Amino acid sequence: MHDKVDVLIVGSGASGAAVAWSLADTRMRILCLEQGDWVKSSDYPSNGRDWEARLFSDFAINPNRRARPTDYPINDANSPIKVVNFNGVGGSTIMYTAHFPRLHPSDFKVRTLDGVADDWPIDYATLEPYFAENDRMMGVSGLAGDPAYPPKAPPMPPIPLGKSGTRFGKAMNELGWHWWPSDTTIATTDYDGRARCINLGHCTPGCAQGAKASTDITYWPHAIRAGVELRTMCRVREITVDEHGMASGAIYYDAEGHEQFQPAEVVILACNGVGTPRLMLNSVSAKFPDGIANSSGLVGKNLMFHPYALNYGYVDEPLDGNHGPPLCLWSQEFYETDSTRDFVRGYTFQFGRGVGSILEAIVSANAGRLPWGEDHHATYRKLVNRRIGVSVICEDLPEEHNRVTLDPELKDSHGIPAPKIDYTISANSHRMMQHGMARAREILTAAGASNICVESPILNGGWHLLGTARMGTDPERSVVNEWGRCHDVKNLFIVDGSIWVTSGGVNPTSTIQALALYIADSIKQRLANLFD
Amino acid sequence: MPNHDLTAEQIRDLRALAGIIIPASSAYGVPSADDDRIFADILRSLARDRDDISSALAHLARLAGGAFADLEPQRRLEVAAAFREAGGAPLAALVRVVLLCYYRDDRVMRSLGQEPRPPFPKGHVVEQGDWSLLDPVRARKPMYRVVE
Repeated sequence: MHDKVDVLIVGSGASGAAVAWSLADTRMRILCLEQGDWVKSSDYPSNGRDWEARLFSDFAINPNRRARPTDYPINDANSPIKVVNFNGVGGSTIMYTAHFPRLHPSDFKVRTLDGVADDWPIDYATLEPYFAENDRMMGVSGLAGDPAYPPKAPPMPPIPLGKSGTRFGKAMNELGWHWWPSDTTIATTDYDGRARCINLGHCTPGCAQGAKASTDITYWPHAIRAGVELRTMCRVREITVDEHGMASGAIYYDAEGHEQFQPAEVVILACNGVGTPRLMLNSVSAKFPDGIANSSGLVGKNLMFHPYALNYGYVDEPLDGNHGPPLCLWSQEFYETDSTRDFVRGYTFQFGRGVGSILEAIVSANAGRLPWGEDHHATYRKLVNRRIGVSVICEDLPEEHNRVTLDPELKDSHGIPAPKIDYTISANSHRMMQHGMARAREILTAAGASNICVESPILNGGWHLLGTARMGTDPERSVVNEWGRCHDVKNLFIVDGSIWVTSGGVNPTSTIQALALYIADSIKQRLANLFD
Repeated sequence: MPNHDLTAEQIRDLRALAGIIIPASSAYGVPSADDDRIFADILRSLARDRDDISSALAHLARLAGGAFADLEPQRRLEVAAAFREAGGAPLAALVRVVLLCYYRDDRVMRSLGQEPRPPFPKGHVVEQGDWSLLDPVRARKPMYRVVE
């Protein structure tokens, strides 16, 4: 058995890294267990000639395809949207697009404003200082003055418009619709030891230049220097409880596959909206026969994904292709609820710069656009580097039947039951997607694109894993309280996307990390009576 | 040791099919996908999709009534068209591997005006663009709902 630590964090991704760094100044003994390993910048695909091919192998976004020893399988057969993630130091920040919008003030009050779902027990103003601190720690590039948000000041200038962004900007001005350069964690200047972006153009599966922020190169170096221990290749099987019903530590498998027990005074879960409920449901005891901290029965329920509809077309001149960060602009023209529409809540447009030449060939072959035989070459040359795309990212409202449970048969390499996903897209989301796709077609047409195509929903589009251990003040209707502590277990906290009450219509990493910093601060302010 | 378990006949069929999917073009100065160097790359790249590709080639042989590579050229085209029409995940995996290897070949990349190199460390140049395009948006009133 290991020496007892003050704080045990499970998971080193977006939220685990942020909470570790923030708590480090307490001088408590803090340990983080991570099932994956460090990924070196020289391991990333953009170092080699096979950089696009590795999207289909060891850097595939779907863990079932990637199937690294550090991954766990997911039964996603009963979901039209497949879970995507990465397991390693930095978690899924290793493999994200670095799009970094915040939730909006209205996102925290959807019951009050729109009569659906539930309000959050906290608000935008509460999180605002943590958003700013997180922007500084992750290093955000963007442009102040966006009328879609309360004032904010990204520390670095925006990524370039390029040919694709210019086309979109002109089209949006012609339509009279909002657009703005994306906030992104891609450094446009040298920043905190990271080199500026040089447009490798292959950002999602890790940045060889180190310009894209992932928590292995942002929060973790600071946290480790401050004394936090990060133990890799340690897969946690369950959280244990003592005779008083308090969390006592974690049972995990180390790098050699040996079972270990790590005792702790406080346990913090940061394993994302699928990994956290999986771990909680696997943590069964006499006190918690349905999984730890699950007296509400809500652990694993209310899974939200953000259904995505990808719309793209082709123009008559070469654009940026994949030369540059893939996402450059957003629009929130249709973000807030409008009673004249046939759906509540709203969505964001993400504008895409283009894709690599191999991906273009594969997608076009699958879609039947790229012929076999003599016409192959001429057709391909009308497609490559001529694509522009608009994704509709829709707010997904919570529904209890959308859930994570334990698969009765599927297990990971350590014999731990794997998660099973049951998920359907709601009628409201379908109507929202239809609205977004129709507007996206108008945008693409205004931008000069033809041969417009749609992928809806994006199959491997389950990037955002939210809602499966929701936050609230009522222990019968939520899993954690308004500062992340489990109602049932007063030394067990959750800081990842599981605690989201509603999803908003934006990428969640910025808000996930702001929440983690807020919860860490709440813990620090209550250290003397944390368990009362 | 090969990272696939294809028979010699299946390898011949795969090569014949690759040449039909992407033939050589003198107009563009590019080889076909059954070119020695490209096909060697294809054979090295099958491991993760070995089951799907075996399944696809078994289907192709059934459609051909034997070895696809031994058919007359016109009959090959007819069988290939039927094979493509049938679709399915195994076919998609096979085509993906062919395209992955073809479009990273130096000769093919150069014909497309691309440098045959990885993205790192040289990167690319993206024009900054004219940010005055944002002026109409800057002039808008706040769009977000104010929450009391």
